[in-house]
Amino acid sequence: MRSRRVAAWLAVPVSVALLASACGGSEESGGEAGDATISIYGTEPENPLVPGNTTEVGGGRVVDALFTGLVEYDPRTAEPRNAVAESIETTDSKVYTITLKNGWTFHDGTPVTAQSFADAWNYTAYSPNAQQSASFFAQIEGFDQVNTPDPDGADGPQQAPQPPAQEMSGLRVVDDRTLEVTLAEPFAVFPTQLGYSAFSPLPEAFFADQEAFEANPIGNGPFTFESRQPNANIMLSRYEDYTGDPKPSVSNVEFRIYEAVEAAYADVVAGNLDFLEIIPPSALAGNLYQTDLPDRSSSQTYLGLQTVTFPVYDPRFQNPELRKAISMAIDRDAVNQQIFNGLKPPADGYVAPNVPGRAENQCGELCTYQPQRAKQMFDATGFQGPIELTSNVDAGNAEWMQATCTTISNALGRECRFVPVPTFGEFRTAINAGEMNAIYRSGWVADYPSIENFLNPLYRTGGSSNDGGYSNPAVDAKLAQADAATSTEQADQLYQEAERMALQDMPAIPVYFQSVQAGWSERLRSVTVTQFRELDLYSVEVG
Amino acid sequence: MGRYVLRRLLQLVPVLIGTTFLIYLLVWTIPGDPFAGKCGDRACPDSYITAMREKYNLDDSLLVQYGKYLASLVQGDFGETFSGIEVSELIANAYPVTLKLALVALVIEAVIGLVAGVLTGLRSGSFLDNLVLVSTLFLIAIPVFVTGFVLQITLGLRWGIIDPTVSAAANLSELIVPGFVLGSLSMAYVTRLTRTSIAENRRSDYVRTAVAKGLAPRRVVGVHLMRNSAIPVVTFLGVNLGELMGGAIVTEGIFNIRGIGGLVFGAILTKEVATVTGVVTLLVIVYLLMNLLVDVLYAVLDPRIRYD
Repeated sequence: MRSRRVAAWLAVPVSVALLASACGGSEESGGEAGDATISIYGTEPENPLVPGNTTEVGGGRVVDALFTGLVEYDPRTAEPRNAVAESIETTDSKVYTITLKNGWTFHDGTPVTAQSFADAWNYTAYSPNAQQSASFFAQIEGFDQVNTPDPDGADGPQQAPQPPAQEMSGLRVVDDRTLEVTLAEPFAVFPTQLGYSAFSPLPEAFFADQEAFEANPIGNGPFTFESRQPNANIMLSRYEDYTGDPKPSVSNVEFRIYEAVEAAYADVVAGNLDFLEIIPPSALAGNLYQTDLPDRSSSQTYLGLQTVTFPVYDPRFQNPELRKAISMAIDRDAVNQQIFNGLKPPADGYVAPNVPGRAENQCGELCTYQPQRAKQMFDATGFQGPIELTSNVDAGNAEWMQATCTTISNALGRECRFVPVPTFGEFRTAINAGEMNAIYRSGWVADYPSIENFLNPLYRTGGSSNDGGYSNPAVDAKLAQADAATSTEQADQLYQEAERMALQDMPAIPVYFQSVQAGWSERLRSVTVTQFRELDLYSVEVG
Repeated sequence: MGRYVLRRLLQLVPVLIGTTFLIYLLVWTIPGDPFAGKCGDRACPDSYITAMREKYNLDDSLLVQYGKYLASLVQGDFGETFSGIEVSELIANAYPVTLKLALVALVIEAVIGLVAGVLTGLRSGSFLDNLVLVSTLFLIAIPVFVTGFVLQITLGLRWGIIDPTVSAAANLSELIVPGFVLGSLSMAYVTRLTRTSIAENRRSDYVRTAVAKGLAPRRVVGVHLMRNSAIPVVTFLGVNLGELMGGAIVTEGIFNIRGIGGLVFGAILTKEVATVTGVVTLLVIVYLLMNLLVDVLYAVLDPRIRYD
């Protein structure tokens, strides 16, 4: 009898609790459109929220909301347009005169001046400050005086020498609203580059007390920092004195940190989370997400490309004929249909769709599945042993890599083996050290929307992400020529030529274009997913 | 008894030093450079890597690194993550949540498991016994993530009875379903253990004596039978709290509970030694204290067991 009574006593709080939690879900959905809070899927930032030291997505989306640069990108077309800058003028692509708009302020009320930009850029470029994005300033004259390379790399015993200067000679503050930038070499894409978060201005408060700034970042963007609970959320609120145009209509944004994207997806379906830009594979299967989220989802490509790269420093992969043969042995359509439900279009070049300056079908038949011709070419190279493909498998890459391998071995009649590496860290360690001995997965997402960003870092000799060690003097010369062009149109033409030349060497095989599947709650109206796969916070509304 | 407890508490110190060292060593041996994958598909600048390695003592030998870690740990400093957040803050946020979840799971499994175990143990061979046998086998056979996703999707998404995830505040009411999921496997074990123990002791001499003496059945079962049958169950439950806390990672992932499971998992992937060592060391303390508590409870339950 006693046990039954105990059970009855237990049943009361349990059912009350269940009821309470059931009601909890609907409470949040009220609120006026004018002062609404929207919640967005987020991941824990890997670094303090400083623009020059943030290169990953989790911190990047917060930094983008907190800061506005000289230039910003159109959410739909990714075309650059002036934001803080009133005009950016040059006659020779080498000396740029940047005039700032009047009235911009940081969230602490101090004005945004030319000095705010110069100080921020000098800080990020100065190597003892150890900022991740330092290399973005390499084009500015005097960069080599503030950023000294480590003579034997980070692993060696020697220390990098102290840089002789603290400020780049190419940055000259003419007055509060005029900044003159001199580049070491002409660079036509420089104005486009200025929208990347590393080029954001920093307030004086940053230089006065950096720790206080990291705890409470002060930007000049449409949203101000409110609070942050590690591993739980980051709260932002609208900056009422924001000078830019357009201005956001939602008044508060919560970036809610999720460990697993499946949990975030369940919250979007239940209406507890407003926006998610990654639909988990379990909901992509059979397009379940379209039934779960009727008229509340979208699918589009963004400025990203997936490739597999040859370690050209390995003598076995030095023959371009072999690399082209393997490219033609990949059935990209089959991989797309069978693994991605047709959501990730086969790549036809080194530049992602919607990137300004891009040309269609640059790869041509080299990226077309031709098993017979591929086999002929492959057999003629005399390549020994099995073909090996490798990738990290902590972010769901195993399936398509395996499928790619299967189509290669079907076409070439040679065994293709997929070698998984457990973590991205381990994978990158081997790539950085130049110790790859298999064809490896490589991805690229644009830092700034320009065809240049898909070529210079990846295929130029010594480029910042040219990990495979590819080098072709003709391509280098063409890229240098494009950099020095005086107009964007002329530059784009030359970049396209360089892209075609590089494709003839096939140092990396374009496989597919990245795409983003986003889902949102019933409350959101006019949702736009930007070309950088973020929710456009300016245009989103709560209905 | 007091001296025994004191001796056991003192034994904690060498065990803790040993475990922190082992954990430190294990994380240290994970292959890959922690800063190799930090900058995406671009190698990080040498200046960044050098500065970070210096800040986190990664250039020192393993023993020196560990010594420095231990020295600051003794002063109450758990270190910093690579993103500059105090590990102590992360632990202070995550520990209470996981502890709450584990306690909810423990209460659920103890209450349901004991009740079901006693009822079936007293009526072994009955329909109820067989029904419970089948359902416990079923629970043991299903992995936790299946139970978790099934409950989340049916209760949370299809029927809308609960929120599919737990909020940052992690209220007790939100933790009932995740607690059930986490405790479901152990609940089945508790049921089986209790049932076997009761069924066995029911035929023992002292129970027959008690019944022959004319004691009320409730007193025979409630005092004599239960007390003696509780020892294996208490052992299991005691050790189980540590297991529930350490094993909560899957449940926490499904319901997005901001506990230590996700913290440790993320830290292992990024090779953040300070976070892993700090969290796991505290877990070890939970294990050790629960073991001590169980040993002390033995003496309370069984007068024949005496320490000192």
